[in-house]
This record gives sequence, structure tokens and C-alpha cells, in this order.
Amino acid sequence: MDFGPSSPPPGAASTKIVVAGGFGVGKTTLVGAVSEIVPLRTEALVTNESSGVDDLAATPMKSTTTVAMDFGRITLGDDLVLYLFGTPGQRRFWFMWDDLVRGAIGAVVIVDTERLDEAFAAIDYFEAKGLPFIVAVNEFDGARRFPVEEVREALALPADTPVMTIDARDRGSAKAALIRVTEYALERITGMRTSVPQY
Amino acid sequence: MTPHHDDDEHVHTARIVRPYALTAGRTRASIDLPVEAIIEQQPRATEREWSEHDQVGQIVSACAGRTSVAEISAAVHLPLGVVRVLLGDLVEQGYLKVAATTLTDTSSTDVRQDLIERTLRGLRAI
Repeated sequence: MDFGPSSPPPGAASTKIVVAGGFGVGKTTLVGAVSEIVPLRTEALVTNESSGVDDLAATPMKSTTTVAMDFGRITLGDDLVLYLFGTPGQRRFWFMWDDLVRGAIGAVVIVDTERLDEAFAAIDYFEAKGLPFIVAVNEFDGARRFPVEEVREALALPADTPVMTIDARDRGSAKAALIRVTEYALERITGMRTSVPQY
Repeated sequence: MTPHHDDDEHVHTARIVRPYALTAGRTRASIDLPVEAIIEQQPRATEREWSEHDQVGQIVSACAGRTSVAEISAAVHLPLGVVRVLLGDLVEQGYLKVAATTLTDTSSTDVRQDLIERTLRGLRAI
């Protein structure tokens, strides 16, 4: 046990990338492939009336649902830590994403070409929020291979949204997805700066 | 749209819990604490004894090294929302503090670009 913290370096920062996608699509696998820690699990609570309920004590027997999020960590130097949060992709978890995506660099939406429809909710959400995202097609063993352009078309993605194939189990591949979404987030900022501002 | 995948391993329905009893029913933290915020102890935290048997004491102990809100939540086995309320109190009481910058909705473009560039350099180097 430490006896107290050392001073954080000046400019110390922490940030996050969200990893979204349908059930069993490889979110935690990707996080685990590149995280320096075994992915940890935390829970958020859902009530049936999760919006507008400030005082749960008033309804003590309210049944609640817990939604688990697995997350990992990558230390990128003395002064910077990147967290990766895997989050369920279904629309009914949107309430949770509002909190999760605030301040995120961007998101990786993992898709399984056999179940492309499971990516729609996440894509709609990130588009609506203006959060930079990429689509990563996880190539499972034995899965049919689709050209990325077919995936782009099937998901009705804008031409500039990066689509790539990955193997979520492979560290280099997981890292490449994180680099791509970070590059894309940067392109979006620098692109905004060079184009005519639109209000 | 018909809901599907209700057998999702990540969802445990119909669990009756009263986790916000720990926060006297409060579900909003007094300060804004994103899940990736890094928390550390203030000197004041080491000037008193914390019980390992109560969750507040466990939270303070979990912050002995700099650690994130999400990691604290995992360490003490409490939902994120509950941990955030308790952390907010401990920060306001001067026992803990937020030890690193995070991006927010109000971060300037310069701040955002700088942090994204640092992240990109870091990712390329690992």
C-alpha cells in the first residue's frame, strides 16, 4: 500500500475511447487484447424510469437492472492514461452512453457481418452526438468475409467514416483500431479548422 | 422494433437493490466526475483512520495510488453512480481530489486537439 500519492506531473490527463457493439461481438476481447490490465467490470444501474428519478429512497422497492461495462487501461506515459470502455450496443442503453461518451475521443463500433443490424443503434447514436467513430469488422474464424465497401453500404455510412477489418484478439489489430479512431478524431478537428466555419 | 438479446450476459434484470441507501437517496454527484477521472488522496486523508469495513473507507483506500472513478467502482464493488456521489462528497470534504485533466463538453478545440495528439503519439509508441 502506498503511503500517499506523489504529485501528478503537470499536464496530467486521462481520456477514453468507447468500444461499442452487439452482444458477443468482441468488445471485451478487443479491450483485453490491448489493455495493460485484465479488463475490470463496473456496473451502472438502470431503473425503469431512469430519467427524472432523483430520489430512489422514495421508491425503495423499485426493481433495478444493472448493466455491466468492462473496461481496460493503457498508460501512455507519465502524464497520460487512456481508458477503454466496452458498452452494450442496444438502444435501451442510450441513457448510459450519454454519460459515457462525454469527453470521449471517439468510439470503435465492432460489427459482425452476420449481424450487421446490431450496429445500427450505436451508429445512429454516435452520428447524432457528433462523436467521431470508426467501424471495425471483427473477422471471426469461419465468418464470411465481406469487402469493407459492402459493409459501408449496408450500414449507410458516410464516405469519410473509416471502416476496417480487425481481429479483436490480436493486440496489434486492436491497437490499429484505436490509432485509426484517434487519427480520425484529429482529422475531424483539423478539418473543421481549415474549412469555413458553419454555424 | 422487437427487443432481442434479453439473455445478454451483461444484464441482470429484476434485481432488487437499494444501493443509493449509502448516499441517502442522492443519485447526482456534487461535482462532475467522468468515469475516466483520476482521483488521488489529499494529505488530509491520511490524517485520520478509515474503516476498511465501510464503503467510504474502502473508497478512500482505493485512492491511495492515483486511480480512476471506474477502477474505484470496480475495486469496491459498487455501481458507478453510487461511487460518484460518495467521491463527490470526499472531494468536497477535502480528502480526495481530481488529479488529471479530462475532456469535457466545454473543452476548447486547442485542449481537445492537444490531448488527442498526445494520445495518438502514445498509442503509436506502445
